Amino acid sequence: MGLFSFFKKEKKKNTASLAKERLQILIAHEHSDTSTAAPDYLPKLQEELIGVIRKYVKVDDNAVNVKLEKGDNFDVLELNITLPENN
Amino acid sequence: MSKVIVVTSGKGGVGKTTSSAAFAAGLASKGHKTAVIDFDVGLRNLDLIMGVERRVVYDFVNVINGESTLKQALIKDKRVENLYILPASQTRDKDALNKEGVESVINELKADGFDYIVCDSPAGIEKGAFMALYFADEAIVVTNPEVSSVRDSDRILGILQSRSKVAEEGGTVKEHLLITRYSPERVEGGDMLSKEDIQEILSIPLLGVIPESGSVLQASNSGNPVIMDKESQAGQAYMDVVSRFLGEDIPLRFVESEEKKGFFKKLFG
Ligand SMILES: Nc1ncnc2c1ncn2[C@@H]1O[C@H](COP(=O)(O)OP(=O)(O)OP(=O)(O)O)[C@@H](O)[C@H]1O
Ligand SMILES: [Mg+2]
Repeated sequence: MGLFSFFKKEKKKNTASLAKERLQILIAHEHSDTSTAAPDYLPKLQEELIGVIRKYVKVDDNAVNVKLEKGDNFDVLELNITLPENN
Repeated sequence: MSKVIVVTSGKGGVGKTTSSAAFAAGLASKGHKTAVIDFDVGLRNLDLIMGVERRVVYDFVNVINGESTLKQALIKDKRVENLYILPASQTRDKDALNKEGVESVINELKADGFDYIVCDSPAGIEKGAFMALYFADEAIVVTNPEVSSVRDSDRILGILQSRSKVAEEGGTVKEHLLITRYSPERVEGGDMLSKEDIQEILSIPLLGVIPESGSVLQASNSGNPVIMDKESQAGQAYMDVVSRFLGEDIPLRFVESEEKKGFFKKLFG
């Protein structure tokens, strides 16, 4: 039992706590991600909305803005449609 | 009232099938009419672990497609009374399982008076795993003391509480943590996550800890659920899991190394 085996043991001791620390950070991150990130249907929704509006009004590509805001009890889907000045 | 319990994990190879077989056999041995369903379509294995592979005639998908009755497909265990096995199909068709079909089989089992319906989930978070968990009232999340397994368990817990039928109806699926392949020596040596670590990270109630044990391989070699090996630590730990699940309050066993136990014995014994 020399200094060497002492260090070896020390090093081993760290891997489980390192694993725990990494997992805690990762999982906290993944949880916050899913609660704030936009659902993946938003881009498609935006695209299809532009298509529908274009049936009636000539608008450009970025005329429709779709935003999802998370509330405590409910989420709000906010649509912003900019119409051209002289339609 | 019948209960549907999914045995799930996200990650593959952590011990879902071993645990499903043991848990179902344990429930049945305690007098509860139990069916265990293999949801691993294309990779049927539960039949082998339970030693009934030569008695498979019809399977889960045959029943769903109306090619056989449930009665014809269910295999009655010859060792344990009250235990029935519904094998998975070997088809490669990914869409063989659908909600309506799975639901009708589960409802028929309930109507037939089964107390427990244990669903052995395939790995992953694809269709098969989703079908296995969709109708669950309770979930046993099988986790190995290893980073990727713990992370995947967390993901599957998220899916359980957002996409299962119970969750869709505003309820919560009752969660149980089952840690398997646990090695107290390595935990004490500091190179394996401890049961406390895992529980702290996942924060769900601990149902049990199954030690890493050679008897699991022996049991699968011979086609006997390991819970029937009353001598083995893994078998005894699984029996404790069943008792705990049924409401008994029993302490954990086999979670300390012989060395540590010896030390305490010297100290207090
Ligand atoms: N407590 C244990 N001790 C030792 N070996 C074990 C233990 N539990 C499971 N194993 C082994 O781990 C392997 C995988 O087990 P099993 O098939 O039950 O996992 P699974 O989660 O169902 O896998 P899959 O995701 O492929 O369905 C098997 O070889 C089994 O013998
Ligand atoms: Mg399996």
